[in-house]
Amino acid sequence: MKCKLIASVAMSAMMIGLSASAALAEGQLNIFNWGNYTNPELIKKFEEQFKVKVTLTDYDSNDTALAKVRAGGHGYDIVVPSASFIPIWIGEGLLLETNPGGMENAKNLQDNWKSPEFDPGRKYTAPWQWGTTGVAVNTGAYSGDVNTSAIFMDPPKELEGKVNVVPEMADIMGLAIAYVGGEPCTADKTVLKKVRDALVAAKPKWLSMDYGTTEKLSSGDWVASVNWNGSTFRARLKNDKVVYGYPKEGFPVWADQVVVLKDAKNVDNAKAFQNFIMEPENAALISAFARYANAIKGSAEFMPADMKDAPELNIPAELVSAGYVSKTCSPEATELYTAIWTELTK
Amino acid sequence: MSDAPATGTQSITSGAQAGVAARRNDVRNRWLLASPALTIIVFAALGPLLIMLVYSFLQKGLYGGVIWKFSTQGWFDVFFHKDIFDDTVGFADAHLSIFWRSIRLSFATTILTLLIGFPTAYFIATKSEKWRPVFLFLVTIPFWTNLLIRTFAIMELIKNEGVVNSVLQWAGLITSPIQIMFTDFAIMLGMAYVYLPLMVLPLYASMERLDFRLVEAGYDLYATRWQVLRKIIIPLVKPGMIAGSILVFVPSLGAYVTPRILGGGKNLMLGNLIELQFGQGRNWPLGAALSITLLVIVMVALLFYVRNASRSGVKSHG
Amino acid sequence: MADDVAGKRPFSIKRQPGFGFIAACCFVMLYAPILILVAYSFNAGSSIAIWEGFSWRWYEAAWQNRQVIDASVTSLKIAVSAAAIASCVATMAALATTRTEPYRGMTAIYAAINQPLMVPEIVTAVALLIFFAIIKVNTGYQGLAYLIAAHSAFCIPFAYLPIRARLENMDLSLERAAADLYASPWQAFRYVTLPLMLPGIMAGAMLAFVISLDDVVITEFVKSGGQDTLPTYMLGQLRRIISPEINAISTVLLAISVAVVSVFFVLSRKGGKA
Repeated sequence: MKCKLIASVAMSAMMIGLSASAALAEGQLNIFNWGNYTNPELIKKFEEQFKVKVTLTDYDSNDTALAKVRAGGHGYDIVVPSASFIPIWIGEGLLLETNPGGMENAKNLQDNWKSPEFDPGRKYTAPWQWGTTGVAVNTGAYSGDVNTSAIFMDPPKELEGKVNVVPEMADIMGLAIAYVGGEPCTADKTVLKKVRDALVAAKPKWLSMDYGTTEKLSSGDWVASVNWNGSTFRARLKNDKVVYGYPKEGFPVWADQVVVLKDAKNVDNAKAFQNFIMEPENAALISAFARYANAIKGSAEFMPADMKDAPELNIPAELVSAGYVSKTCSPEATELYTAIWTELTK
Repeated sequence: MSDAPATGTQSITSGAQAGVAARRNDVRNRWLLASPALTIIVFAALGPLLIMLVYSFLQKGLYGGVIWKFSTQGWFDVFFHKDIFDDTVGFADAHLSIFWRSIRLSFATTILTLLIGFPTAYFIATKSEKWRPVFLFLVTIPFWTNLLIRTFAIMELIKNEGVVNSVLQWAGLITSPIQIMFTDFAIMLGMAYVYLPLMVLPLYASMERLDFRLVEAGYDLYATRWQVLRKIIIPLVKPGMIAGSILVFVPSLGAYVTPRILGGGKNLMLGNLIELQFGQGRNWPLGAALSITLLVIVMVALLFYVRNASRSGVKSHG
Repeated sequence: MADDVAGKRPFSIKRQPGFGFIAACCFVMLYAPILILVAYSFNAGSSIAIWEGFSWRWYEAAWQNRQVIDASVTSLKIAVSAAAIASCVATMAALATTRTEPYRGMTAIYAAINQPLMVPEIVTAVALLIFFAIIKVNTGYQGLAYLIAAHSAFCIPFAYLPIRARLENMDLSLERAAADLYASPWQAFRYVTLPLMLPGIMAGAMLAFVISLDDVVITEFVKSGGQDTLPTYMLGQLRRIISPEINAISTVLLAISVAVVSVFFVLSRKGGKA
């Protein structure tokens, strides 16, 4: 009897739970974004304006996001992959064509971002933030030249055994290929062999291969790391010894995009979100939190003053040519990169 | 019952048949009673393992997932490795080194917990009846607290800015922090901390049943404390030691959270390697094959325990 | 033998040199990290290592953190459902496998029920990821049921073992007395067996609740969007922001687990004496 009672209670609880989640489906939005990358104020503003409940789940890398969504049954409406991955997402049939390029706020897009190579006419993507990948060093531990990939590919004595390498395959492979002198997205086996050997030789000199750079750099847990510019900016605000280096051998410029998934359950709310973030004030909110640049005209006046002259957001003139826009590499090249990467992470 | 009259024998046979029928009925009812539990477990625990076995024989998809074509590449990759550039085939020493690290660290964890757990269990077992439940309770509580919390607690202790380093620096013993985090040692420390109660409890169960008259006899025969320990106590509590070792070794082998947080992504254990295949590694068949390998190793360890336990004449648990 | 020379401790056959010291160290080692963690949750400053005074601010911050609240609610929903289902089902299974001569397949049932204890969590997690993904894609249903099913599965052995222990220690004569008084098997069960088993069932339910609340690996792999539980939320935070808010959340979780386990202990000891 007791058992039946407990069972019926459980059943009814489940029913309530299920029906509740069904009822909320009209006013819900499930966002899947990078960790520590979404301004809670932005979410709150969106929730109030549209009467929608937003859930935020985070991931650490493009590969994890792709893997999770591809596995199916993920429950997300919106994901924020990097531009170089967008053609993959489109090719795998994972995206819904919501045509942000035709939305009301599309007029605010900066001209050079209106019709990017990875998504002509902006049929799928709305811009989130863009930035560069380089190295972050604590000058207390090392005061030499930081504008080089040698920080992690061939660490100087003071940093040996103390460098962290963020396990973002596309960025690291790009930096490593540039370091040995190859072209981005190359599938040249001789070049890649050099890359593989260099990485494998450098790995014993690394401390770890983990995320959480902003916190660990500001607290001093890490004194050097491969890092993104905005994250370094935030670390510097807490620990002024941290500087950002633009590797002169070559560094990737990436741009994260907001897309709606084909099997999204809350399509209207998702479209509303894409439009929402193209407003200058909201784009400024996004940038102010993570400290990266955005692609919306007129947002500069709403952003914090220290972002205007920040070294992390203004590439020094002599290093501008070293930056290359991260592109999607061919499947053959990707296969080789994955093979090298797995050899490295084992 | 054997000298019953003829009619009685009749009724005995039919009574016996009725007995058999009742027994069969009873067994069937028991199976029915057990069926909901079995259904849930088959659906959400055993069944998926079979699916995973199937997946280990499929081809991997380019961006994750599988292509439904038969392939033994997954199993091949577990043990062997084709160099990307020379096309030479050799042992996958990266995998093998991870296997070896997992076994090595699990073994070290087991030894460490044994060294600490044995005296502790002995201490509790030799306390008065009143105090024993209290101590047992104290040992069990950390076990029921969240694994994450415990790993986090250890992390706070051994970080560069953590308590251990701060105390050592304040005492003047070292000048700059010792790097404990992100090493194999940190992982072992974390696992030993997490699984210590699992060693103490079976040891205690064995020691509680220890007949101290044997110990007293040993002393009467002029044995030293060390001899009594070595020749009387340890052999008698061996079942508990084996049970505790298995209870620590098996979860350590499959540990995932602790190495992930304390190892910094560079020192992978088997659990992390498996997870990698479902993320950046984009190689589900390999991940499935590795999981099955882990399962096999664990089953072998368990089998060893069961055979050992029954050989020493201990009634198996339950 | 007891009074050798005045002042010298009498020889105790049970004492082993150094064991008491190691045992004390063991207890200290078990609790020190946790106590430090709890202590720093009251830290007024935001650094983990530097103490800046007593304050409740991290508890307030956690309470106001929407994600934390959502995750806690999800955790509770899953834990309560899983504990209820697991203890019900485990009770039936315990009744099926105890107090009887071994019958064909009984060891198989026993092994199957305890299987979650033997298989490493990561293996189950990965297998469930694959299996549930197929179902999710084909049915489009993505609710909490997957998590509840998964949690129930691995909670069953934890509920089963205390219930079974209680059943085996029970006195059969009471049920025989009920039968003598013309009670039907169902009545005997309802009025005699079940109440006697109750402490065991409650103990099993508590254990299952705590285990479900604490699970991180399986939940991390099986969850869908918006289904973060408290442990998975903390796992995400641990790899990024390490503020004392995590300490505060951990302390609360700790308090809940300790409370539930204490109740379990009291229940099982009471049952033992009865």
